[in-house]
Amino acid sequence: MNPFEYVRASDAADAVRLGQTPATAYLGGGTNLVDLMRETVARPDTLVDVTGLSTVIEETASGTLMIGSAVRNTALAEHPTVRSRYPVLSRAILAGASAQIRNMATVGGNLLQRTRCTYFYDTDGSRCNKRKPGSGCDAIEGFTRIHAIFGASSACVATHPSDMCVALAALDATVHVQSNVGERSISFSDLHRLPGDHPELDTTLKPGELIRAIELPSLSSSARSTYRKVRDRASYAFALVSVAAVLELENGGIKDVRIALGGVAHKPWRAARAEAALRGGPATEQAFRNAAIAELADANPLRDNGFKLELVTRTLVAVLGDLAGAAA
Amino acid sequence: MSIMVNGSSAELPRDPRVSLLDFLREELHLAGTKKGCNQGACGACTILVDGERILSCLALAVQYDGRSVTTIEGLAGEGALHPLQQAFIDHDGFQCGYCTPGQICSAIGMAAEAKRGVPSHVSADLSAEVKLSREELQERMSGNLCRCGAHNGIIDAIRETVAAEMAT
Repeated sequence: MNPFEYVRASDAADAVRLGQTPATAYLGGGTNLVDLMRETVARPDTLVDVTGLSTVIEETASGTLMIGSAVRNTALAEHPTVRSRYPVLSRAILAGASAQIRNMATVGGNLLQRTRCTYFYDTDGSRCNKRKPGSGCDAIEGFTRIHAIFGASSACVATHPSDMCVALAALDATVHVQSNVGERSISFSDLHRLPGDHPELDTTLKPGELIRAIELPSLSSSARSTYRKVRDRASYAFALVSVAAVLELENGGIKDVRIALGGVAHKPWRAARAEAALRGGPATEQAFRNAAIAELADANPLRDNGFKLELVTRTLVAVLGDLAGAAA
Repeated sequence: MSIMVNGSSAELPRDPRVSLLDFLREELHLAGTKKGCNQGACGACTILVDGERILSCLALAVQYDGRSVTTIEGLAGEGALHPLQQAFIDHDGFQCGYCTPGQICSAIGMAAEAKRGVPSHVSADLSAEVKLSREELQERMSGNLCRCGAHNGIIDAIRETVAAEMAT
């Protein structure tokens, strides 16, 4: 690990002030960043510890739920309001990592975790445009079983590793950020980006910008939501495919539905085509299957990950079927 | 900057690169906590910080200023094993023993989580009272790998001791 300076921020304003110099990184629980630094994938010269920022989860006057960025993953998953009103979020968090890691990891850090593409981690043996811009990508012609089927580019086929973020995408969360020029809010779907020609950039955050809080919109009391993750072993593994869905039925038909997919793209993939195919229609297995097929019209599988198309279809059909059954 | 380890105060390292794991093993000579993968994939380095289980390999020691750590060395009483340690022996919960300190610390943290009602990935009802079935224990202990394959004995030892009140 390269040498670095460690400073602890007393609050968000202090963190932003400390975070302005280049090569400074914000440190949450360290479950991803410390590992990346040990592997010299990340080489910050200063770490600003932001675990002292807000750990509060509270309902606002307008009925939304505000979550401080230093809230630990376990604390969010076990919060009574999250469990009862946003089960998709509890379930996504509980499907990720291990209990030890969830106890350490913060909400802000979860949003900023980096890909688990093995070529990205292989500093000695592989070219990677995300790790070293312009150096090339050894994944594209390599072993691509875990890689993207949506939105990849000729520069990068990595996927986003977070489960929690897939749920936040389906929930239409808002990300509140702060910088030395003020505060702004970003719709969750606009936080992460597709790789394009700049896969080194995972998000649309500007240098030095700090995530302060995540806000969940209020959900209709008739909305049902859940998360399902498919992986190589039953627990403690990253997703091959995952589905987060929020479904609202009315008179047997689909009033509203929001779907996000994990393990398939450089960002949590909001399945807009599937949603459009479903809204206002019947909640039948055939409709769910047709929605998956509509979404997959955009898919571009690589040599080793064609199985993800069928896996997306089956997982989506199963999740929507469960939710429709629970709501009936 | 100081930290409590098994009831004794210790000065934290000056170099912020030092992990909590290396600090415990190399500076305090508490070699009970094991370094397995050193990348958060195996759970061998699990310790308790203020009663919560974490991975000491991914923890920078400087981040834990003022906190209280319990390692495997801090569990046994005067001349007597912690009940879970004895149960690991009784149930053949290990062969080589390398993952054992992490398994035991993890199980103690797990029991506390279950007691306060934290659900798991396999809980059918997120808001129901926690019942620690075998499936629940397997899921909740999935962050601790045992390459000898002693998992069944490990689960048996946990069911009989720290999880006994909530076991089904």
